Amino acid sequence: MAPRKSASKTTSSNVSKDELLAYYKDMLLIRRFEEKAGQLYGMGLIGGFCHLYIGQEAVVVGLEAATKEGDKRITSYRDHGHMLACGMDANGVMAELTGREGGYSKGKGGSMHMFSKEKHFYGGHGIVGAQVPLGAGLAFSDKYKGNDNVTFAYFGDGAANQGQVYETYNMAELWDLPIVFVIENNQYAMGTSVQRSTKSPSLWERGAAYGIEGEEVDGMDVLAVKDAGERAVAYCRAGKGPYILEVKTYRYRGHSMSDPAKYRTREEVQKMREERDPIEAVRSILLTGGHASEDDLKAIDKDIKAVVNESAEFAKTSPEPALEELWTDIYA
Amino acid sequence: MATEILMPALSPTMEEGTLAKWNVKEGDTVTAGDIIAEIETDKATMEFEAVDEGIVGKILIEEGTEGVKVNTPIAIFVEEGESTDDLSAASAPAEAAPAAEATHESAPAAAKPAAPVEVVSKASPDFPEGTEMKQQTVREALRDAMAEEMRRDETVFLMGEEVAEYQGAYKISQGMLDEFGSKRVIDTPITEHGFAGIATGAAFGGLKPIVEFMTFNFAMQAIDHLINSAAKTLYMSGGQMGAPMVFRGPNGAAARVGAQHSQDYAAWYAQIPGLKVVMPYSAADYKGLMKTAIRDPNPVIFLENEILYGKSFEVPVLDEFTIPFGKARIWREGTDVTIVSFGIGMTYALEAADKLAEEGISAEVIDLRTLRPIDYDTVLASVMKTNRCVTVEEGWPVASIGNHLSATIMQRAFDYLDAPVINCTGKDVPMPYAANLEKLALVTTDEVVAACKEVTYR
Ligand SMILES: Cc1ncc(C[n+]2csc(CCOP(=O)(O)OP(=O)(O)O)c2C)c(N)n1
Ligand SMILES: [Mg+2]
Repeated sequence: MAPRKSASKTTSSNVSKDELLAYYKDMLLIRRFEEKAGQLYGMGLIGGFCHLYIGQEAVVVGLEAATKEGDKRITSYRDHGHMLACGMDANGVMAELTGREGGYSKGKGGSMHMFSKEKHFYGGHGIVGAQVPLGAGLAFSDKYKGNDNVTFAYFGDGAANQGQVYETYNMAELWDLPIVFVIENNQYAMGTSVQRSTKSPSLWERGAAYGIEGEEVDGMDVLAVKDAGERAVAYCRAGKGPYILEVKTYRYRGHSMSDPAKYRTREEVQKMREERDPIEAVRSILLTGGHASEDDLKAIDKDIKAVVNESAEFAKTSPEPALEELWTDIYA
Repeated sequence: MATEILMPALSPTMEEGTLAKWNVKEGDTVTAGDIIAEIETDKATMEFEAVDEGIVGKILIEEGTEGVKVNTPIAIFVEEGESTDDLSAASAPAEAAPAAEATHESAPAAAKPAAPVEVVSKASPDFPEGTEMKQQTVREALRDAMAEEMRRDETVFLMGEEVAEYQGAYKISQGMLDEFGSKRVIDTPITEHGFAGIATGAAFGGLKPIVEFMTFNFAMQAIDHLINSAAKTLYMSGGQMGAPMVFRGPNGAAARVGAQHSQDYAAWYAQIPGLKVVMPYSAADYKGLMKTAIRDPNPVIFLENEILYGKSFEVPVLDEFTIPFGKARIWREGTDVTIVSFGIGMTYALEAADKLAEEGISAEVIDLRTLRPIDYDTVLASVMKTNRCVTVEEGWPVASIGNHLSATIMQRAFDYLDAPVINCTGKDVPMPYAANLEKLALVTTDEVVAACKEVTYR
């Protein structure tokens, strides 16, 4: 095996205008959606926990660009971005956040627990690390059936310390399961920085102990993420077994809605926003490369705002689930 | 167009907060993402960001104001060029709205008829009458209990996720890192199975760990060590060594946190020989029982409740205040029906007793406080007096604490019963997220009232 650091950089030269615009739109949709979700939470329309994905958009958008129909994805409670990126409907996601009948889980799951069989999205899991063996099980099912689908199991830097992750690594490599382990390293697990939770210098290199290939990726660069995703997917589809991507990213907002934010400085967040924003990066390629004008981008912005506003309207007006729903879906 | 900025909800359990500080003043221009204010919630002081751009037209709530209800307008933003004259018009109806809501809420309370049944609350048997008391939240009582025991015994230490630098995910260990240092207040990675095992080993080695689970839902990752390692070692070693330690954290439903984060483990742990299980309701009990738990030479499961953390009670001002395990507390004496509960279930039990009193039914309310050991004698004595019993808990109905009490009452007080015991429990479903369904899934005061009427044939 030859583990390595990803060398790709954002170079627009070999990327088409359409592709760039698609990434821009997909990332912007997630950002605007999440901002709206934050607003609705503040108004009391969304309850419980609500983990926003703002800052991390390039991770799911870049990796989704490397998938084909039939590939599966599974993640933690910080799941809104993953759902939008794999094509789930903004209305259904927002209505689940408000706990309404029109939500993906009929209002019974909430922000952390949504699923879509149609889009091969297997949730939305609230227990840190649990989605990792579950993801390997999905990959196991594809291998068993003999198709060439790949599963993406997303988990955080904090989750990367859970023991079940390593039990899974061992079996995934042992059985050559077609799974991409995506460590979304946003540098913090709630208020604990990576440096305060482990002394190992990098998370992806831990795979080496099990013989798993992997690499580190710049998660603020959607093109770099997409490149790495393609390498990982090709490896898995070829039947060579699992692959680890440690995607270095950053969350701008608090862990959930209530976060005293004492564990990092305001300046650190500000610097990331100003210097590394994944959406701004694509925006500037689009403008400097002459792919789009300010007006074009304004028009896109307007369209996306309309989609998000409609989802909020839908989420407010969709009725609460019928009371009988309390007793359904417990047994098949 | 002027936009009202409303007091935001910043945590699942926040209903009101303190507007600690304004970071902007009238006339300032604000862009999305700017911190406009600092707000103190029940859990933390948080920065409040602007979601849109605008100019601060008017600040409606002064900084330092406490008890600002969620959704109250706190400021008005205007757009460039907009006249501040429009402001009075914009703010007037907005300010009127929450006020109207408030009067609506208080209306039914005012209409309550006078209670025909006299309420006798028995003094606490845990400390002498006339003891000086102070108001404390459950949160403060818990911290004081741990801190006092750590001052008293060098071998006691606290370990868990976010307990040190973050000051506790639910602020229970606030200030403890400062006082005891990082040797004794230890942040762990998110590795419950691992640190529960390490703590249990440390207890074998002669220390007295307090393990905080961020919530007991996550203790399921570690439950093997709680049961197979901590609970059974004393027995398996023929009494040579055991695990003197406390596993603690919030248990049960909080508010709208969904199926994986809302589970009551009372009946689960109460089943295990070798464990002691505590689930208090009042702040005084949290304090006295936590001190006992830390001193106990056995592994103690200490089940707390997030909704109770912010609730205030009278706590005795005593240097040495411990409460023995296995002693229930009679909160209210009565003659017609015995309501037995524990933990947050007491909220419904006490509310129900108030409502029943208005209808002339006198309920005796018993708080078990500890579930292993259980104070059967207090329950049985009460049932022998009232001849009827209703149990209340938030957990699921099958193999519940209520089931166990019913069986015990049947065996030991069968001839005294005038009606079958009714168990009021959470519904037999995973916790739904939707607000209306969650309400239905939890046990309610009305259900307790109805059960009491049923057993008293009223
Ligand atoms: C087993 C378990 N322990 C603790 C928690 C509480 N918790 C929820 S999210 C979280 C932090 C996870 O951080 P990370 O894995 O880095 O993901 P991120 O939130 O940064 O996306 C913690 C401690 C949980 N949900 N499950
Ligand atoms: Mg993280």
